[in-house]
Amino acid sequence: MTTKYVGQRIKRNEDPRLLTGQALFVDDVQIPGMLHAGFLRSDYAHAAIRGIDASKARQRPGVIAVYTAADLGDFWKPGPLLVPAPHSIPDLIFNKRTQVPMARDKVRHAGEALACVIAESRYIAEDAYADIEVDLEPLDAAADLEAALAPGAPLLYEELGTNLASYVKQEKGSYAAARSQADVVLKRRIVMDRGAAAALENRGYVFWWESKTQEMTVWATTQAPIALRNVMAGLLGLSESQVRVIAPFVGGGFGPKIMLAQPEEQLLAWSTLRLSRPIKWIEDRQEDFLATTQERGQIHDVEIALTRDGRILGLQDIFIHDTGAYNSYALTVPLNTQTHTMGPYEIPNFHTEYRVAFTNKMLVTPVRGAGRPQGVFVMERMLDLAAKELGMDVTEIRARNMIQPDQFPHPQGIIGQDFTELIYDSGNYPATLQMAKEMIGYEHFIREEQPRLRAQGKLVGIGMACFTEGTAVGPYEGARVTVESSGKVNVATGVGTQGQGHFTSFAQIVADQVGVKPTDVIVTTGDTEKFHWGTGTFASRGATVAGNAIDAAGAGVRAKILKLASKLLETPEQELEIVDGAVRVADIPEKAISLGELAIKANPMRGSVEPGTEPGLESTQYFAPKHGATGAGTCAMIVEVDPDTFLVEIKRYVIAHDCGTMLNPLIVDGQIHGGVSMGIGQSFYEKLEYDANGQLLNANLGDYLLPRATDMPPIAIGHLNTPSPLNPMGSKGVGEAGAIPTPACFVQAVENALAGLGVEIMEAPLSPRRLFELVHRE
Amino acid sequence: MQPKVITLKVNGRRHAVASMPNVTLLYALRDLGYTDVKNGCEKGDCGACAVLLNGKAVNSCLVLAWQADGAEIVTNAGLGTLDRPHPLQAAFADTGAIQCGYCTPGMLISAKALLDATPHPSDGEIREALSGNLCRCTGYDHIIEAVQLAAERMGE
Repeated sequence: MTTKYVGQRIKRNEDPRLLTGQALFVDDVQIPGMLHAGFLRSDYAHAAIRGIDASKARQRPGVIAVYTAADLGDFWKPGPLLVPAPHSIPDLIFNKRTQVPMARDKVRHAGEALACVIAESRYIAEDAYADIEVDLEPLDAAADLEAALAPGAPLLYEELGTNLASYVKQEKGSYAAARSQADVVLKRRIVMDRGAAAALENRGYVFWWESKTQEMTVWATTQAPIALRNVMAGLLGLSESQVRVIAPFVGGGFGPKIMLAQPEEQLLAWSTLRLSRPIKWIEDRQEDFLATTQERGQIHDVEIALTRDGRILGLQDIFIHDTGAYNSYALTVPLNTQTHTMGPYEIPNFHTEYRVAFTNKMLVTPVRGAGRPQGVFVMERMLDLAAKELGMDVTEIRARNMIQPDQFPHPQGIIGQDFTELIYDSGNYPATLQMAKEMIGYEHFIREEQPRLRAQGKLVGIGMACFTEGTAVGPYEGARVTVESSGKVNVATGVGTQGQGHFTSFAQIVADQVGVKPTDVIVTTGDTEKFHWGTGTFASRGATVAGNAIDAAGAGVRAKILKLASKLLETPEQELEIVDGAVRVADIPEKAISLGELAIKANPMRGSVEPGTEPGLESTQYFAPKHGATGAGTCAMIVEVDPDTFLVEIKRYVIAHDCGTMLNPLIVDGQIHGGVSMGIGQSFYEKLEYDANGQLLNANLGDYLLPRATDMPPIAIGHLNTPSPLNPMGSKGVGEAGAIPTPACFVQAVENALAGLGVEIMEAPLSPRRLFELVHRE
Repeated sequence: MQPKVITLKVNGRRHAVASMPNVTLLYALRDLGYTDVKNGCEKGDCGACAVLLNGKAVNSCLVLAWQADGAEIVTNAGLGTLDRPHPLQAAFADTGAIQCGYCTPGMLISAKALLDATPHPSDGEIREALSGNLCRCTGYDHIIEAVQLAAERMGE
């Protein structure tokens, strides 16, 4: 097979529809008789519920129903644990407290749903909130992460006697022994705070139970349509085949849309079963801040032990992680932090230990980066500190400790996010560092540019941060490829799409296998009626795991095409080629048959087919990676700090990355750009400000700032390709690459710019105000 | 509150709509089927709902439907069609300026308003003109490139 389309920078199949209003998003679904839901939410972060009286609201014209937890009867129960805890780690503590459909006895975070109003319009539903009498007794809140674990803290779950949700320790080698041999030991506290995923499209659903067909159709902004179907069928006591979940075009995911059995999903499903009418709920932006999951709150106490010449002997990282009010998503985030702290470096001894705290804040689940940025931040900050202490160049200390290209596969000695030992499959880490150095002009900057600009009084600095990215985890994905009688090729896979260009990159894979143009490949993602086996789009796995399943299904169809064509053309298979949608004899191009004709022949209307054969030109295949594939890269930036306003301008940003085989560099670039933008946001703009009562103070896009076009630097990208041996295409994920190293790099660059002022920055996100405070030690 | 019949002229078509005084132009347009106008924040912060109102780019979530009575409104879908895309739409596809596509309609409207007033904008002018449109997927790089490309092609 000659690769023709995979690897090419081609335009996306889906764009014409997205550009001209021809793409269906959940809020575009209109069904006659559709009702609208709204949720009355708690103003308090922690409160006992004395009573909720919705009787007046039920009388309001246009209100169809109002439900509180009390109305749900037996249906009310804590939701499913969505990810198991990694019990392969010894002595693990996990106190399961999963999200509930609505607050019943107690409110545990501001924004938790108290009542669901279903009405003829959203306007009426929201007006009806005023008619609901809610009697809450406010309780002291456990809002501060560290204080939540201190004795005497207000408890979210009195029966636990503590806010401790989990405790996990992993150890590779002996840090204590390494420390005793070290020339230098450095210790610091590092803090990373919460941000929002803030997809442009808020969450939204339409649930429709049709009593005459006994089927439920769901349009959802979900990253995991199949899992949503299975979970909802289970909760409702329906057969999985009675529930169809469609994730149509989705306006960005970034993690939180992987959450399942959320209060809104549960209430809409339960209500449509009772009312037999379609019900829509579209989250508004304030609800997105209050009731969509978030991430990043961690506090690390870190120690690094080194030799005098800058070799790392060991690292100890003891941290606490904020899981918010519930822990439905178990330990994915802090486990990712653990497994990304060592990054691209050889760390012979590693002690990593964390406690997870329940707090009166929104739940924490993965947000683009998913624990990785914290681990990278910790490692990179400690290396910067060590370089300073030892009088070394920041790039030299990194190069000296990197895992070398001949050391793969490289077992890491701890349990990874797929619950088996973390093994780096492949990579060339020094090459990413070297490439980024050259791209940013590192030597030139520190030797010439920076001294010259400093002499002019300009506060300019440079940062370089290296990272690994665990991607493409199992368990599996599948796909079905079908040649239609039109000659076009249909592909269906279970993962959902939130802007990753699957309609194009998946089409490229099939186009190569089946010998058609990518524009003749019609891809369906995220519709359980079209394909109902799979897991979802998360952990930068869609392109690699679903992509390889599609590649296998394409190969399966190719085999069927050649077998049938061989018979019809009376030519051995090896003498056939598939070009431009037709099979032809290699030396005699006029002896050919189109794929459409073949598809018709493969599905005869009369006569008999050979026993043992399957009709049609179709193949369904699955791909299950042995374990996740690890991408890597180095980013670098040059910044200038305004000494009066403490605004930071990123003058230049480069990133050298390695995600193995690229399916479409246009799409890969876009993924990196977006990740970088989120990383810049979580370096300097985006911090969810909770007060001591657990109130979110900046729950809108006017106060919580996403980077705008005027804030973003141009981004230069360098591509390296170390194919992964874990899958036939050799690909690795890249969806989170930009977000992972950027805060570490930004803080290093700002610290470098402020060199001489004695400022050490061990936290992110920053802000102009926070920088002012650090410089003036307030 | 009583409804009033208003006239909305959208993408060259006239609609007579019985509208309540508290209905925003965003909701009115979406109810008419102009679902290319996206709801992102309803506070004027994100720009996803931008439309041209008498030639000026506005956030339709901050305009009441009654205020648009009789006005000429152009949404992104009014710029071009699948067969005959506007140069901006074509450039967005050519440069990979779209990912999830949710901010795209508003981006196109702001870009259109910019090019109407400034046919050959600088990088800084483009960034400024799009600074009211948030994008979470693309980091803006390809979008800026798309507007530049469209400006070049339209100037030819």
